[in-house]
Amino acid sequence: MSSATSSPPSIRERLNDSWLWYSFKRDPVAQLSLLVFIFMVAAAFLAPWISPADPYDLAQIDIMASELPPFWVDGSEPDYLLGTDSQGRDMLSTILYGTRVSLIIGFGAVALQAALGVCFGLLAGYKGGKIDAFLMRLADIQLSFSTLMVAIIVGALFKAVFGGVTYNTYAVPLLVLIIGLAEWPQYARTVRASVLAERGKEYVDAARVMGLSSVRIMFRHILPNTLSPIFVISTVQVANAIISEAALSFLGLGMPETQPSLGSLIKSGFDYLQSGSWWITLVPGLVLVILVLVINLLGDWLRDVLNPRLYKG
Amino acid sequence: MALLDVNHLDVRFALRRGDVQALRDVCFSLDKGERLGIVGESGAGKSVAAFSLLNLIAKPGYIANGSHIVFDGEELVGLSDRALRRIRGHRMSMIFQDPMMTLNPVLSIGEQMIECLKAHRRISKREARKVALEKLQLAQIPAPEARLDQYPHELSGGMRQRVIIAIALLLDPDIIIADEPTTALDVTIQAEVMALLLDLCEKQDVGLILITHDLGVVSQVTERMLVMYAGRVIEQGPTREIINNPLHPYTQGLIQALPQMATPGSRLNQIPGSMPSLDKLPSGCAFHPRCPFATLDDGRPRPGCRDQVPPLTGADARQVSCHMVAENKPVQADQSAPAKEAH
Amino acid sequence: MSVMSATASVGTQSAENKAAENKAAENKIPATAPLLSIRGLEKHFSLSGDVLEQLKFKGGRVVREQKFVHAINGVDLDIQRGEALCVVGESGCGKSTVARVVMGLLNPTAGEIHYDGERIDQLGAKALLPWRQRMQMIFQNPYASLNPRMTIQQTLEEPIRLHHPTWDYRQVKDKVSEVMTSVGIAPDWGARFGHEFSGGQRQRIAIARALAVDPEFIVADEPISALDVSIQAQVLNLLMDAQQAHNLTYLFITHDLAVVEHFGTRVAVMYLGRVCEVAPTATLFAEPLHPYTRALMSAIPRLEDERPQHLRLEGEVPTPIHLPSGCVFHGRCPHAERRCREEIPRLIATDNGAMVACHGIEEGRIPL
Repeated sequence: MSSATSSPPSIRERLNDSWLWYSFKRDPVAQLSLLVFIFMVAAAFLAPWISPADPYDLAQIDIMASELPPFWVDGSEPDYLLGTDSQGRDMLSTILYGTRVSLIIGFGAVALQAALGVCFGLLAGYKGGKIDAFLMRLADIQLSFSTLMVAIIVGALFKAVFGGVTYNTYAVPLLVLIIGLAEWPQYARTVRASVLAERGKEYVDAARVMGLSSVRIMFRHILPNTLSPIFVISTVQVANAIISEAALSFLGLGMPETQPSLGSLIKSGFDYLQSGSWWITLVPGLVLVILVLVINLLGDWLRDVLNPRLYKG
Repeated sequence: MALLDVNHLDVRFALRRGDVQALRDVCFSLDKGERLGIVGESGAGKSVAAFSLLNLIAKPGYIANGSHIVFDGEELVGLSDRALRRIRGHRMSMIFQDPMMTLNPVLSIGEQMIECLKAHRRISKREARKVALEKLQLAQIPAPEARLDQYPHELSGGMRQRVIIAIALLLDPDIIIADEPTTALDVTIQAEVMALLLDLCEKQDVGLILITHDLGVVSQVTERMLVMYAGRVIEQGPTREIINNPLHPYTQGLIQALPQMATPGSRLNQIPGSMPSLDKLPSGCAFHPRCPFATLDDGRPRPGCRDQVPPLTGADARQVSCHMVAENKPVQADQSAPAKEAH
Repeated sequence: MSVMSATASVGTQSAENKAAENKAAENKIPATAPLLSIRGLEKHFSLSGDVLEQLKFKGGRVVREQKFVHAINGVDLDIQRGEALCVVGESGCGKSTVARVVMGLLNPTAGEIHYDGERIDQLGAKALLPWRQRMQMIFQNPYASLNPRMTIQQTLEEPIRLHHPTWDYRQVKDKVSEVMTSVGIAPDWGARFGHEFSGGQRQRIAIARALAVDPEFIVADEPISALDVSIQAQVLNLLMDAQQAHNLTYLFITHDLAVVEHFGTRVAVMYLGRVCEVAPTATLFAEPLHPYTRALMSAIPRLEDERPQHLRLEGEVPTPIHLPSGCVFHGRCPHAERRCREEIPRLIATDNGAMVACHGIEEGRIPL
């Protein structure tokens, strides 16, 4: 007799009632992180409208205004709030565009990882036996190569075969593909572990007794019940993917300097650190750190709120 | 004076929507060597009652002010953890439903028993081992010598529960509190473990507080019983009398709902609805929405039952909390009482 | 392994028994083939993991070694139309495994299952679909048997849509509210999730889900043991009402003998994966024959007698990994002899209509 009324609670009531919302309301760190994250995402995706210049447009670049410092340092110009880089591009605009590239690659790679990992994890966990053994050994092999190593080899090969120009055109989808393919086992393992836990529950037996197909049982019954660990691991993986991309770009195997991501910005400024133009590296570096930090803080909060025992990444 | 005297015990859980009262005004006492059963369905508060005796209530639960638990002349409420430890396990010991809650999986049975003895007594290891062996024998464990060196996972469920009983007896306690000690066991094993517990309590003159949902077990093992409903004691008295002549409509319903009380194949006498959750207790008598006697002839609830919490009334030995009984109205289980579905 | 005779008219044999009186449905049924028959059923679970883990180095050679849990070891059972066959036994006796094999949730290691004359244990998922509509299952734990992410309406619509793909929205809706009403849940509660209901209500919903496709046979695996006493009575009543309303046949798995006495038409007692006694309920409770059945009966905590005079059994149930030779019960049986240790007893019909697998009873060694 859960309540006297027979009308079910509305979505708003359920939200007010939920543990997720309750703990969010009481966690200032999570609130601040979400706020910062939303601000950064909004700023990055609104870059074409809000940024003072278009860093992709070579016509707007003034080589004479190169290496200008940010506004709080002597010698700055009011047009360039965060200064300019070695080619005279406005840092603020470049960072906004760079953050957008980093986020696209991060989310894209994670979407690919999730799609692959969830399918393989569901299949391995639900079917068991030989399929399970095969997929998990495949995951083991995949994991024994580090993401960076795979990316470096594939990236270098691609560059060598098709040349730098083609590489620059397809850099974003290629990076998504590389990072996505390299990290699916994380998802597959997490999903498989929770599928194994769910598969033993009676509602799955009930669905089988009903005569439902395995595909329907996997996606309609089991998957919705494994979403919590998937959410948790997704936050961690987005942060990881952004870092991976930055690392690759820093090594010169990521985004080209003509359409820079945060990683390639850091790299491009690295040579000028010695000459005193520290902001070209430091400012995008700071943005990267804050971005990854807030995502990880959100992930930590999620993991604490959603059943922590389910999370075995 | 009784060995254990519990008075006006209130236990609350501080939850995010405010306090939920898990126990309200629970009073009972236990004499030396007496066996008391606490019966109720899940959510009735019987386990909370047992845990609060040793102040084992986990946060956010707490024992409210004004509660008194007097053991051997000493007030336990408000006692420091250190002082309580002197009593816990020593003079009052506890048997849980799941033996693995008490047994440490990485220590052998002997090590656990010796450690427990040494924590409470100044005793040499050799002597402790001797006492442990003695208690295992007392619990009728075959090959006790070998068991001392075995690990909990090497024992079967029934054997584990016997070991738990032996550990509970280790320090010659005055009271054993057993929380559903045989629920996880099979019928034949359950009968043996229960018979053993009963036998030991009688021989060693140990008091027993048995928490269970099984009326059959209570009727066989205990001398007195409490029936709990939604955090309150609603009936108490000698076990035989309550089983043979239950006064509270809930107790009556509970006994008549047992399949063994009905003709095979006939409909069972069911209590409609289910126990309210503690944060949504009905007004007045918590049982009134399910009670066949709390409805007037015209279908309205009896104002008394709906508005006022019935106090436990009656002589000390036999108390009931029901307005109908207090007013001497007939409360007889009427087979044809209309069973309403209370959603 | 002997095969039980298809005694369709259990009710007439013990007509004076109260148990039979209420099973009016039974008398109408002619003595035809049983609805479900289980023949020589065995189910072993491997404990040894995959092939690589099974390889052991022994005596200078690599050998493949596998350990099995022998959950069912040769079970023969017939279930007649309209009856409620209860399978009782202690944990690990294989009673739930029988239920799961019958429902196709597990594949049998050996043996056959025939439903209404057709063999169903080898059918694939597609071929089994028409049978799925005729046989349904109710599970033990109402807190786990409802998908937590689906509303009650979705839960109940799913089997109906699957088995009646041609039905339109209206028909499905009507059927859902019909089954919800029949189990005592108001249909307008459909938009709620399982966790918003109490345990008893959830079990009602689980029963509604089983009834939604109008089955004729229901396997109930400990359907009331997770519930409180007062709720158990409600659910038992509901199951009995459903039996009358839909002329259902039950295979009822339980460890609670009091429930069996109340609910069952016939009882099969299992021990370590074998059936040791099958008898009409009233007969079994009046005259238990097998030594294990007797011990089991004496262990029920009764309200009436103050002190239990239960028959004590030596030792505990052996693990089903290393099965005892001969009669599986001989290690704990007070009447065990050499023959019991060597030869597996068969189910043999006795004078009172029961079937017992016990050498002692067969030889007349054990007093009736």
